[in-house]
Amino acid sequence: MNIVVLVKQVPDTYSERKLSDADSTLDRDSADAVLDEINEKAVEQALQIKEAGEGEVTVVCVGPDRATDAIRKALSMGADKAVHVCDDALHGSDVLATAKVIAAAIGKGDAPDLVLAGNEATDGGGGAIPAILSELLGLPQLTHAREVSIEGQTVKATRETDEGLTYLEANLPAIVSVAEKINEPRYPSFKGIMAAKKKPVDTFTVADLGVDAGEVGLGNAWSAVTEAAPKPPRAAGQKAEDEGDGGTKIAEYLVTQKLI
Amino acid sequence: MVPVERLLPNREAADLLKLVTEIAREELAPISAEYEAAERFPREQFRLLGRSGLLGLPYQERWGGAGLGYEVYLACLEELAAAWMTVGVGLSVHTMSCYALAEYGTDAQRDRWLPDMLGGELLGGYALSETNAGSDPASMSTRADAEGARYRINGTKAWITHGGVADYYKLMARTGEGSHGISCFLVDAGIPGLEATPPEKKMGLTGSPTTQLVFSNVEVEGDRLLGEEGQGLPIALSALDSGRLGIAACAVGLARAALDEAVAYAKGRSQFGRPIADFQGIEFLLADMAAGVETGRAMYVDAARRRDAGLAFAKQASIAKLVATDAAMKVTTDAVQVFGGAGYTRDFPVERYLREAKVPQIFEGTNQIQRMVIARHLKSS
Repeated sequence: MNIVVLVKQVPDTYSERKLSDADSTLDRDSADAVLDEINEKAVEQALQIKEAGEGEVTVVCVGPDRATDAIRKALSMGADKAVHVCDDALHGSDVLATAKVIAAAIGKGDAPDLVLAGNEATDGGGGAIPAILSELLGLPQLTHAREVSIEGQTVKATRETDEGLTYLEANLPAIVSVAEKINEPRYPSFKGIMAAKKKPVDTFTVADLGVDAGEVGLGNAWSAVTEAAPKPPRAAGQKAEDEGDGGTKIAEYLVTQKLI
Repeated sequence: MVPVERLLPNREAADLLKLVTEIAREELAPISAEYEAAERFPREQFRLLGRSGLLGLPYQERWGGAGLGYEVYLACLEELAAAWMTVGVGLSVHTMSCYALAEYGTDAQRDRWLPDMLGGELLGGYALSETNAGSDPASMSTRADAEGARYRINGTKAWITHGGVADYYKLMARTGEGSHGISCFLVDAGIPGLEATPPEKKMGLTGSPTTQLVFSNVEVEGDRLLGEEGQGLPIALSALDSGRLGIAACAVGLARAALDEAVAYAKGRSQFGRPIADFQGIEFLLADMAAGVETGRAMYVDAARRRDAGLAFAKQASIAKLVATDAAMKVTTDAVQVFGGAGYTRDFPVERYLREAKVPQIFEGTNQIQRMVIARHLKSS
């Protein structure tokens, strides 16, 4: 089974994240960069599928030079090889352009049986890449999975929403996006770190992929961030004096909030 | 935790430090206070360290180690201790429990036992001290009497870190008279006749059990002897040189955790209309604390680089242990001072750091013994 996992480097959620003053794109230098947590889960899922049968796991990453750190993390967890699309022209690309580049990068290798992705990244949070990619590659998409299993030529997924669970299945090849509850990703081991050193990473520019530079980048994006402001600080909470009826007051408050 | 910028030898070392910091942040720091209060040993967390390949960092890859130098190993220890002293000290103790086998065992012995100790999930302890043989280990009385191809061990060892939770112990026991009559053994924790007493009621490091080990007619095979008969004390003392570096690194981690807490608190706490961090009285306390942390780190890094380069490092190891642990005591005490009354309560971690900082001045050779070692080197040079 040939499994492709999409991975993205994002600012560490532990550090202060902001947009650059110049063009309102992500200020990548202001924060530590890490492999997005949801992508760690996608990699974990790929590794579990591989370990249950056989196969090869390729991570595909679009990002600047230092995204190699995120790629190495995925390789040290156990992925077999990587494709890195790295090109200054990509700076500020929207989800459409990014998906086109990812589709072209996937096309550089053997046709995948399964493409795994996180359902959304912690930085942009567009959450649209898996769906756009599904359209571009002509593959069925099972999104927001909290469970995934492969049975022969079929992939089954359980999607969890506020309304309940949906059980999905599709023929392979397919695209699956995983949600937060899918698994607990493993930590790499020191052996994994050493092994990652020797694993192949193919690096491509936009031109290498045959994508027109006029379709990517901030200038060609279909949407633009015009302004951003930090969240206002939280207002003080509402206080209720407990005069022996504290429980009732809390319950009444929860009712007004439609929580109970 | 404020990240430390380190000059590491290569990218793999940097990736390893990232892994260790992530484990420290995600798996250790969030539960340390709760486990210490409940006197609960983090056995599962040590298994995670094992699975991540962190239990054999400075030993040869041939037997499941990572083949790393001490400089990188100690940086990992500092990170773990900064998140949880019990785990930092525990890893140092485990690493030293492997030392005699790794350095003095035969290939047959190393092939048989070392891979599980370095590359598996086993946890070790070591048994050198006795109630009446602390700073003077040569006065120990636990005996290992040769009986044919076996040894029969009787006696009581004291101050055993991981007592009752370790899978094996490196044991020093008497096979003859005098300081040349002590030998080193590798003993399984589950062997008949070996019992750990209930843990000591300690002032700090309460998550890590410290017990006595009582040996009552414990019989071990002759191949459990590490090195030659009578070589035990030199082995123990040579292990201590390296163990002292581990404790120095742990003390730096602990002091750094206290410093980070103090700086954050001083910036957030206002009196007389401004953050107390802006008062010179607090600024100077914090500055001295930072100087203490970084001096300790500089000393252990220097000693580790000497060790990694194959130079003599015993004097530098003693200096590093002395400087780093005395600094940790002062830094944690001052951290409580910065917090004021709040620091004296168990609502904040600094009082625990203060309690934890006391024992590094005592174990792996008291700081008075370190001064003796340093002076001995001065006189013999």
